[in-house]
Amino acid sequence: MNSIRIPILKVGNVLIASIQVALHDASAVQFKDDLLEKIHTTKSRAVIIDLTAIDVVDSFIGRMIADIAAMAGLMGARVVLTGLQPAVAITLVELGLELPNVLTALNLEKGLELMQKQDQLAEEEESGYDTL
Amino acid sequence: MTPSKAAVIRSDLDIVIARTLARDTAKSIGFGAIDQARIATAVSELARNIFLYAGTGSVTVREIEKHGRRGIEIVCEDQGPGIADVNLAMQDGYTTSRGMGMGLPGAKRLMDEFTINTEVGIGTVIVCRKWRN
Repeated sequence: MNSIRIPILKVGNVLIASIQVALHDASAVQFKDDLLEKIHTTKSRAVIIDLTAIDVVDSFIGRMIADIAAMAGLMGARVVLTGLQPAVAITLVELGLELPNVLTALNLEKGLELMQKQDQLAEEEESGYDTL
Repeated sequence: MTPSKAAVIRSDLDIVIARTLARDTAKSIGFGAIDQARIATAVSELARNIFLYAGTGSVTVREIEKHGRRGIEIVCEDQGPGIADVNLAMQDGYTTSRGMGMGLPGAKRLMDEFTINTEVGIGTVIVCRKWRN
C-alpha cells in the first residue's frame, strides 16, 4: 500500500509541514518517521505542523502528534501545532485528548513568531552563560 | 426509511472512507461544522476498532427522523472476537491494543445515543445516533 508523503520544508532553523490531506494510519506513521529523520539531517531546533486543512483529528492521529512532540523533544527540537480548526479543537477535548505537552499557535505566522522568539531567548541564555 | 450507505472496513484506508461517508451524510442532513467533526471523529474511532480487533466489518450510515427531528444513525458491525467486558472497554484509558483507550468512551461522548451488542466469538454491533438541534 502506498502511503502519502507529507512535504517537510526547511526555513532557517525551522521545519514546516503543512498537512493538506486526510491522513490514514500508514501515512501518519510515515510522516512521523520522515519528520524525525529530517530533524536529524537538518539539525533543526523547531518544527511547525500546520493542520489548517485538517477537519478530523481522531485518537490515532492525536497520539501520533503527541508522540512526534515527545520524540522531537528528545532530539532537542520543539514542536508547535498551528491552525487547528474550532471543530477539531472541540472534538479533541471531548474525545479526551488535550495534548497538554504540545505547543500550539493560532496560525502558521504566529507559530513562526513563537519559534523565533524562543530561539532568541535560547541564544541570549547561551551567550549569557558564556560571559559568566 | 431513507436508504443507507455502507463502507466496508478492510484496511486503514477504509477508516478514512467511512468517516468521509459519515461527514458527507451529516452535512446533507444539515448538521453544522462542529457536529460534522464530532460524527466523523466518532466513526473514525469505531471503524479503527473494527480494523484493529476484527480485521473486517462494515459501517452503515443513514438519516433518521423521530418526532420531526432529523438525525444520523451509524451502525458498526463485525464478526470479530467480541468484547469480553463491555464496562471495562467503555472506561477511559483501557486498551488491549496499541490505541490510547479512547475509542469507545470517546465515540460515546461525541454521539447522543450509543448502544453495544457484543458476544465473545460472534462479533460486535454498535449503534449510535446523533440528533440535530
